Amino acid sequence: MTVLENNSRDHSLSGGPAIDFAPSGASRFTSIVFRAREFGIFGILVVFVLITTAIKPRFLAAQNIKFILIDTTIFALLALGETMVVISKNVDLSIGSILGISAFVSSNLYQQFHHISILLVFTTGIGIGLVFGLINGVLVAFGRVPSLVVTLASLYIIRGIDVLYVGGQQVVASSLPSNFLSVTSSSLGPVPIISIVVAIVIFVGSYYLKNYRSGRDLYAIGSSDLAAGLVGIPIAKRVFTSFALSGMIAGLAGVIWASYYGTVDSTAGTGYEFTVVTAVVVGGVAIFGGSGSAVGAAIGALLLNTINSSLYVLGVSAFWDQAISGLLLILAIALDRGLGLYVAKSLRKRSSRVAS
Amino acid sequence: MSNQFDPVISLRGAKKYFGAVHALEDGQIELFSGEAHALVGENGAGKSTLVKIFAGLHRPDSGTLTVDGKVVHFDSPRAAIESGIAVIYQEPTLFPDLTVAENIFMERQPQRSFKRIDFRRMNREAREIFSRLEVVLDPTRLALGLSIAEQQIVEIAKALSLDARVIVMDEPTAALSSVEVDRLFRVSETLKASGVAILFISHRLDEVFALCERVTVMRDGRFVTSSLTNETDENSLVRAMVGRDLEKRTDQLRQFDQRALLEVEHLTLEGLFVDISFTVAAGEIVALSGLVGAGRSEVATAIFGIRRYDHGRVSVDGKELRRGSPSAAMTSGIGLVPEDRRLQGLVMEQSISRNISMGSLKSLKKNGVIRAFTETRFAADWSVKLQIKYGNLGNSVSTLSGGNQQKVVLAKWMARSPKILIVDEPTRGIDIGTKAEVHRLILELARSGVAVLVISSELPEVLNLADRILVMREGRLVAEFTHDDASEEAIIGAATLSSEVSAS
Repeated sequence: MTVLENNSRDHSLSGGPAIDFAPSGASRFTSIVFRAREFGIFGILVVFVLITTAIKPRFLAAQNIKFILIDTTIFALLALGETMVVISKNVDLSIGSILGISAFVSSNLYQQFHHISILLVFTTGIGIGLVFGLINGVLVAFGRVPSLVVTLASLYIIRGIDVLYVGGQQVVASSLPSNFLSVTSSSLGPVPIISIVVAIVIFVGSYYLKNYRSGRDLYAIGSSDLAAGLVGIPIAKRVFTSFALSGMIAGLAGVIWASYYGTVDSTAGTGYEFTVVTAVVVGGVAIFGGSGSAVGAAIGALLLNTINSSLYVLGVSAFWDQAISGLLLILAIALDRGLGLYVAKSLRKRSSRVAS
Repeated sequence: MSNQFDPVISLRGAKKYFGAVHALEDGQIELFSGEAHALVGENGAGKSTLVKIFAGLHRPDSGTLTVDGKVVHFDSPRAAIESGIAVIYQEPTLFPDLTVAENIFMERQPQRSFKRIDFRRMNREAREIFSRLEVVLDPTRLALGLSIAEQQIVEIAKALSLDARVIVMDEPTAALSSVEVDRLFRVSETLKASGVAILFISHRLDEVFALCERVTVMRDGRFVTSSLTNETDENSLVRAMVGRDLEKRTDQLRQFDQRALLEVEHLTLEGLFVDISFTVAAGEIVALSGLVGAGRSEVATAIFGIRRYDHGRVSVDGKELRRGSPSAAMTSGIGLVPEDRRLQGLVMEQSISRNISMGSLKSLKKNGVIRAFTETRFAADWSVKLQIKYGNLGNSVSTLSGGNQQKVVLAKWMARSPKILIVDEPTRGIDIGTKAEVHRLILELARSGVAVLVISSELPEVLNLADRILVMREGRLVAEFTHDDASEEAIIGAATLSSEVSAS
């Protein structure tokens, strides 16, 4: 049907001016704040780097930069998966445990089979992550159990399996071949190759989320699942996929972790989920879903690791590191909440002004 | 293309029952290309059910729906959309975090190489639709913070992008200011000129005459009459909407104390209600009437302290009440039986006795401890007084029927012996027998000296109970009637017409 095409162009009603919905102050304000958020993180980052370097110049030594970047690489990669999940108003708390079990099982292959291909090691790690991701996904998307509960349970269950399987064993660096260790040790100047690769992956992932229908679906689901259902978005399928991917990414991160640390026992990755969720939220992904980017989350991870390192270099107690992470988290959430209240209030005032 | 004189869509003899409730007995309407057709009727006349049939949300139990002369059955909202029917709800559901253009094209975004979304084309197409509608709205801004009027425009743009030929607007103007209504009407005129058929649901008769060519009146789920708007007038429409003689309350006008127990002065909450002043005397029943959305419940919750008002004052027995504090309101003797008893009036999972005793725990306490025995006896006493029908007082309150649930809420408040009781839609969804009992309880309360404020959308109920009737429209008090000079016509007139009815 093209009823509208026929006479729409030449039709001009009463010749009056077009009906104007001027952009409201609220929207301009919100876009400024959202932009300020991404630059704000950078600002804090720069301040920390400058202060620390002024006091202890060795903070910017090549070796230290490399440490910070490798740590950030693992967290930023995990944050990519977490971002997909959080954007659609869910959360994945099982990633630390998945990383742990993947790190042990994949690197332990070298002790069992001496000449195993590195490709098979990576595939094993990713496969383990995928299996747990699929289980999370089924329970959340099709079982309709809140993701907080599902992944909190799988956090404990997977760690339990890990402990049972590993027992008192340990993978040691000397048992790992050099080509496996060089995955994380080779670098371009002070920048590890793996960091560059992961950065590219994050940019591609972020681009996909922003520019493809299925990516936008995740934002839409997180923004309003009611509206998403009305326009026919396959909500369960998308949510399921986001958990599967998050699991896979955690599996991959586990293999990278094993390559970097060399020594793997059953505690690998304990508590990582909280650092990652913090990085994601500090990096501008709304914890209530609907907005944010994987690049922002990666910057959040970089900020947290830089602060961690600078406090260490300055000889400040590790307690302060955690306190600062907590503070940043509260600031980020307060910003979101304050913004929502501001918009709601200005809207109410505006409509009443027009009415009277 | 069908003949211009054949309806684009028509519904005949539609029936829809929900259990024993007959939501629609005889739904009938025809929409023509390029015309706006108004559907009017009281609350509960069956308009919403009819809209939901068009939207594909309800399937009629019987009756025929035809599009372009062909019989169709919509089994999902998608089927309705594919037939070219779009429904704009009073408050649209958009994605606040996505841009306006994305909201229009969600799941249908134009794509470029490698299946990437073509944002530039999407924004351009959105801009084209807006210019067709002669509206200026930035497609790249977020939907967050859009006014309801703007959200409706986005929904209309979405309908156009789907090539909708029928656009149903379900009370679109209820939440709009007059400036915004004008804008919506200009957009609607543009739509009509391009051949779209509009179904316009509204309570405001002046709007019906301003926009529509045709008007259909429904009452109690039935089609009453349909005519061209230039062949009828507001008064005959109101008569058709009411269409029955009602017996008035039979008992003598009760004598009550002239001392005002509840005084509300210049109460204002921006965006919801403005300058509300009235009094309720001890023993008096005052009804707050008006259309759904006129701000009645908002006034009630502001008096009780759930909402903070911006200006004005509320006094109980001459003493000013602290605003924004339900506990202060309760201490001063106010009770509120809220609109939604399941969500606001009861704790559904808890037992009947716990729900009854909930407001009286302080008086049940002995040495700081509440004994289950005392609590149950207390609840049993009140259940007998109010004739609540239950299996076991320990059962959760969700096991009771709607009417008995409402009695539990009433018992909770009556047990506190309030001085002022506000009851919001006291008999909604309650069977006729229990309804009469609830009415009797309210009258008894008033006889015992309680000041009662009743909010109700059911005019017979209002006329039956109230000593005085206040009418609200769009957040303002627009009329006041005494029991004797109130009639359905007068109240509906004051609640819907824009011509000012002086507050006597």
